[in-house]
Amino acid sequence: MSSKTLYDKLWDAHLVRQDEDGTALIYIDRHLIHEVTSPQAFEGLRIAGRTPWRTDSILAVPDHNVPTTNRSEGIADPVSRLQVETLDRNCVDLGITEFLMNDPRQGIVHVIGPEQGATLPGMTVVCGDSHTSTHGAFGALAFGIGTSDVEHVLATQCLIMKQAQNLEIRVDGQLAPGVSAKDVVLAIIGKIGTAGGTGCSIEFTGTAMQDLSMEGRMTVCNMAIEAGARAGLVAVDETTIKYLANRPYSPKGELWDRAVASWQQLHSDPDAVFERTVRLDATRLKPQVTWGTSPEMVAAIDGVVPDPDAEPDSVKREGMRNALAYMDLQPGMAITDIRPDHVFIGSCTNARIEDLRAAATTVRGRKVAAGIKQALVVPGSGLVKAQAEAEGLDKIFITAGFEWRQPGCSMCLAMNADRLEPGDRCASTSNRNFEGRQGPGGRTHLVSPAMAAAAAVTGHFSDIRKEQG
Amino acid sequence: MEKFNTHKGVVMPLDRHNVDTDAIIPKQYLKSISKTGFGPTLFDDWRYVKAGEPGMDHSKREIKEDFVLNQPRYQGGSILLARENFGCGSSREHAVWALDDYGIRAVIAPSYADIFFNNSFKNGLLPLVLSEDDVDALFKAVEANEGYELTVDLEKQQVVTPDGETYSFDVDEFSKYCLLNGLDDIGLTLQHADEIKEYEDKRKIEAPWLFA
Ligand code: SF4
Repeated sequence: MSSKTLYDKLWDAHLVRQDEDGTALIYIDRHLIHEVTSPQAFEGLRIAGRTPWRTDSILAVPDHNVPTTNRSEGIADPVSRLQVETLDRNCVDLGITEFLMNDPRQGIVHVIGPEQGATLPGMTVVCGDSHTSTHGAFGALAFGIGTSDVEHVLATQCLIMKQAQNLEIRVDGQLAPGVSAKDVVLAIIGKIGTAGGTGCSIEFTGTAMQDLSMEGRMTVCNMAIEAGARAGLVAVDETTIKYLANRPYSPKGELWDRAVASWQQLHSDPDAVFERTVRLDATRLKPQVTWGTSPEMVAAIDGVVPDPDAEPDSVKREGMRNALAYMDLQPGMAITDIRPDHVFIGSCTNARIEDLRAAATTVRGRKVAAGIKQALVVPGSGLVKAQAEAEGLDKIFITAGFEWRQPGCSMCLAMNADRLEPGDRCASTSNRNFEGRQGPGGRTHLVSPAMAAAAAVTGHFSDIRKEQG
Repeated sequence: MEKFNTHKGVVMPLDRHNVDTDAIIPKQYLKSISKTGFGPTLFDDWRYVKAGEPGMDHSKREIKEDFVLNQPRYQGGSILLARENFGCGSSREHAVWALDDYGIRAVIAPSYADIFFNNSFKNGLLPLVLSEDDVDALFKAVEANEGYELTVDLEKQQVVTPDGETYSFDVDEFSKYCLLNGLDDIGLTLQHADEIKEYEDKRKIEAPWLFA
């Protein structure tokens, strides 16, 4: 038998059929659903007189639109309310499990899947959301789909796909204290660009990836999509298996043992061939801050805003000029001189318990700086929030001057009331710094949780390695 | 789904790379539970002076005169000419629905983000790929000639210029077949229902925890 990459193993295990031109039907094990990209799919299903193929594969949760304050009073915005109610109704009608808005297990779909053990190694996982790549951290083939495909999976339990290419990103060496998974993935995107992974499934390998916790691996895979790849993967190891033991949806007893035995095969064979390998040296990585309107526009904390005139490619140069004009930054400016007026700690990239701990460690005993208009902490799920409160993290944040909110996507994409005003500048732990992403005219700098916390207490981007020093 | 065979239309040049789905349709419009009505808010932030909200009368909003969709010479355009990595960012199919609702039938670019590319076919919008040089040549031609029209012939896989010059493009056989015939791919997949069931039966034995 020839050697296979992890991606190829997962692909082969889910292949229902394949045409000569390579078009394949791939079976889907887990379908996660939220309120924004599902209503039109359910409607389409109904209009065609079809029913879901396998409701027990589905887990639904409202997250994008939910308010993060006073939630017991319901949703004030009638348009958002209708969307959440539509999800609730569709789930009741079709017998789909949903964690309702006020369920303690509610949270961002990509946080709760793993937290519940609903994401398991060897699965195919889909969701009508591009950051589904997060779940690849478990050695699962996970990718975001559009609404037509949500409907397709509902109706057939399959997707029509073509096999992707294999890209290996190998990060070896030990990260310096203060340098986190977020910095690793931002550095990767800075290196290969936002289209660097197009048409590929990325497997993240190397000792630095093995050393990361599951939460760190999720942060890295979460942003595989920002590098243009639909899927990111990390091989299964002891860390993966330990994380999953005794989660509500994890298999139990004899099934657990059988599952673990099978999961232990979920790694690329030693002589498997990747179409391309990109290497990074973890020991050289520094905390990262994006300065532009695309995640690839990123610099190290001790760097400066780059000069478009030095860019040889004319289209890129124009893109940089547009970005700097939008961000209101000057070439040559030190990154540490950039002063955000908002801080957002949240999103499916960085709102898990370890993220909140890292931020709290920086904030402890300090105050949010005078120039910061608003500093938000939005836990990724109700269970993360409860855990943080049990550890007293909420007190640390609140004492420092942060707002402690209820879980949801919140200011990651500003579909609810949490948003930037035009011209506001935000240090954000989310994953996209596109124009208007956090509110029309808002300016976003992507950073790690510790870096966001450091910016909050110092009033400008600061080198966390010194802050912790 | 609407069939796509040949289409002739005015070309609108959008000279930016990495146009993301947040720019194509900002999130405040994603609260809709329907697939239509997104046309007036396509490229909302670039098109209007102030940010809009769902439910507004968009025809009354102040526009940015110099944005390509607002220029008189591109009115009624139905082919969008774009740069590399068009449609990057989120999975929102609303981006495709907005292009479609505006009246765009084909996009021409050197490359697309995967999910956007996939979503387009499912809605009868043809995302066709030409080389960077060809796209560059088309940008020059569009800007030099008012009312510049192209013909997209899916059957022949060709883009034809007003001078009769042709550019060939590749398209995957399955997607082409679905587009030419306006076919719903769910129906096609369900023709293989027996194979899906067979697969499930086999998997229930191999990996029963996936069905617990
Ligand atoms: S937190 Fe942000 S990126 Fe993650 S699912 Fe929600 S909106 Fe998408």
